[in-house]
Amino acid sequence: MLKNHYQLLIIGAGPAGLAAAATVSGHGISCALVDEQPAPGGQIYRCSESVSEQRARILGDEYQRGKQLITAFRNSDAEYFPDTRIWSLSNQRQIGIIHQEHSKIITADQILVASGAMERPVPFPGWTLPGVMQAGAGQILFKSAGAIPGYGVVLAGSGPLLLLLAWQYMNAGVDIKAILDVTPLTNHLLALPKLPRALLAHHYLTKGLVYQKDLRRAGVITKLGVSALQATGEECLQTVSYHHFGRQHTIKTELLLTHFGIIPHIWLTQASGCDHWWDKHQKCCRPQHDDWGNTSIDGIMVAGDGAGINGARSAEHAGRLAGLQALYALGVLTEQARDEQSINDRKWMQTDCHIRPFLEAYFAIPDKLLATPDNDTIVCRCEEITAGQIRDAVANGHSDSNQVKYFTRCGMGPCQGRQCANAVAHIIADTGGQAVSDNSLFRSRPPVAPLTLAQLADLHEANSQ
Amino acid sequence: MNTEVLIIGAGLMGASTALQLAMRGCQCVVIDKASPGRHASGSNAGGLRQLNRDVAEIPLTVEAARMWRHIESLVDSDCDTRFTGQLRVAENQSDLIKLQQRAELVRNMGYQHEEIIGKKELYQLVPSLSPHCVGGLICRQDGYARPYHALTAFRRKAESLGVHFQSATEVYHIEQSGKGWLVNTSCGDFKSNILVNCAGAWAGQLAELINEPVPLTPKALILMVTERLPHFVDPVMGAASRKLSFKQMQNGTLIIGGALVAGLDFEREQTEINWQQLATSAKTVLDFFPQLCNVRVVRVWAGIEGFLPDGIPVISASKIGNNAYHAFGFSAHGFQLSPVVGRILSQLILDDKSELPIEPFSIDRFSKEKQ
Repeated sequence: MLKNHYQLLIIGAGPAGLAAAATVSGHGISCALVDEQPAPGGQIYRCSESVSEQRARILGDEYQRGKQLITAFRNSDAEYFPDTRIWSLSNQRQIGIIHQEHSKIITADQILVASGAMERPVPFPGWTLPGVMQAGAGQILFKSAGAIPGYGVVLAGSGPLLLLLAWQYMNAGVDIKAILDVTPLTNHLLALPKLPRALLAHHYLTKGLVYQKDLRRAGVITKLGVSALQATGEECLQTVSYHHFGRQHTIKTELLLTHFGIIPHIWLTQASGCDHWWDKHQKCCRPQHDDWGNTSIDGIMVAGDGAGINGARSAEHAGRLAGLQALYALGVLTEQARDEQSINDRKWMQTDCHIRPFLEAYFAIPDKLLATPDNDTIVCRCEEITAGQIRDAVANGHSDSNQVKYFTRCGMGPCQGRQCANAVAHIIADTGGQAVSDNSLFRSRPPVAPLTLAQLADLHEANSQ
Repeated sequence: MNTEVLIIGAGLMGASTALQLAMRGCQCVVIDKASPGRHASGSNAGGLRQLNRDVAEIPLTVEAARMWRHIESLVDSDCDTRFTGQLRVAENQSDLIKLQQRAELVRNMGYQHEEIIGKKELYQLVPSLSPHCVGGLICRQDGYARPYHALTAFRRKAESLGVHFQSATEVYHIEQSGKGWLVNTSCGDFKSNILVNCAGAWAGQLAELINEPVPLTPKALILMVTERLPHFVDPVMGAASRKLSFKQMQNGTLIIGGALVAGLDFEREQTEINWQQLATSAKTVLDFFPQLCNVRVVRVWAGIEGFLPDGIPVISASKIGNNAYHAFGFSAHGFQLSPVVGRILSQLILDDKSELPIEPFSIDRFSKEKQ
């Protein structure tokens, strides 16, 4: 039973949240971890507990690491609430929660937002056709149900996850028709100066090279420097076309999985009013925080990819650091004890982060692609608003995201603009409106997740009792 | 920058005033500390309501309704107006008596726009309404529009007639300079012969700057919108004795409001949603339409508006400064009045008189009360 107050509330059961819960365990504080999913692990370690040994092998040893984290969490004294959604987070640390279909507002002294990341939505011609999905969706189906594309797949986009999914599919015997890598070839040169530092975290590079070698050996075709990606079909996807070295190519396929990197899931920190900034290297908006995860709002912390993309290992360390900070803030640990106990995590996190500048430069997606050059492409799926309509609005004097939203309804659908916010910011900048900056995304509007009128009315009942 | 008329506030009142002045060949500049329609004008529910207004507003609202009917001839856009009627529902006999008294009052003033309907007609109009209601008060010519679209249409029409709109221009200081005004802003000085204060929730601060203080209180009112639903209700719905404002837009979404107040940090322009209030509002909606229980609320927002103690606006020439005019304090029901307010201000400025009675909206009514 969810209590009305906790000393520490952790949101998200990925590596950061799990590590934080295990860290604070045994110190006599009341701690709850809430998560949208039915089982712990987050996106990266989804279904780690229940997956078959064979599937775990296919997914690789990095995935299997999740099991230890989950076991430590299961052995902790944190209360765990799966299938639980947060729909509001205020700067007074009031948390609106839907648990077992009922809504409730609870409070906490310390809140750790470990909400992870989402795939960067990049609209391109045909992306809304049935048969075009994000690579993450392919991974979810495989991790949770062992489902693989039976009739072959084309993978397109950029970033480490694309490579990883290709490798996992290859192990599972999927027919990969092609990997279309849209990373500009000039990125290789631009990333070169970052390589020496990346060598300090060389296991990532080694792993990437092994994946590439395995894929080559298995005869999987990878096209580098692809542009003008387009999905076409009548009712659903039939072909994928692209430009490669000045020539147009077409592949017949019923399934296209795309990936354009990941961005922090900031909707909770945004809702609470934490300060955010635009990271031009990661090309995303992220909450401001210190080394311990403290945001600009007292008692609200962030850890893991929700704080900025640093990967699963770093998330684990950041989760532990935030756990120690929470214990310190709650008066359980002295400053000295907190600092002493954090030495290893701080060290490992620093090492782990050496790879980031290289990855960010290597996989940087050009602004032109992020700004949806094709005007007929739908950008806001909920309200079916095209890039052209957004450009027209900017030309009519609606020069920032919120004005464009008011005028076009872009971002007003049930997803609250999560799918289009970044694209809209890039299109506006590309059309001569406000440049992409710290507050280019839509202003946050509650609720963070939709709730029904009955669930909202629940709060009235709770109040009058 | 020099101009004949300087209007402060690029909301609907400012844009409408600029348009009316420009139509008569008067040169105007409209400045705004943020962007056009950033607060109340962009975030209100867009109600075109004559129903149940303060009696002082009736002559204005009736004329405004006529202007909205022909809004396309004024601003080249229909502003997505829909004339579906507005309805106040009576849940019991005492509600109905209250509404009957209101209808009689309006009739005795010589107006016909508000009429009582019985239970039978009520359920013909709104078949999905919970069966406990007994009748209602309706204004069949009422309806709604899309506020930000309306504002954009007013602004663009005014621009086409030469009005200059300038965003991100915050007023710091105002002083009388000869017969005109010198306004110091974040974007330099503006000199004008005439000054118009249409600054919404910030109008009190501006009035203070020209030594004409008014008891204006900024408040943030909450609206919520649901996912799209199949069409099920035409008129905009209110209730005789409960806080409710409820309508289904053309696209199927429901907009729910009804004087729900959010927490407001006026200095930082930050609003904090009061969920308990929204819960009460959700419960009210479900009392009238129980079948909506599983409809999802997708977005909630609060707009900052200026309120006056007597709930009616200031539409007035300045009583102390030369050539200054005010239109603010619409207390969350200004949207419908905006076309006529622009025209009244243009008449005050150019003709020194208004075609409609505006004595009740005088700016010095609060200081008179004290005496």
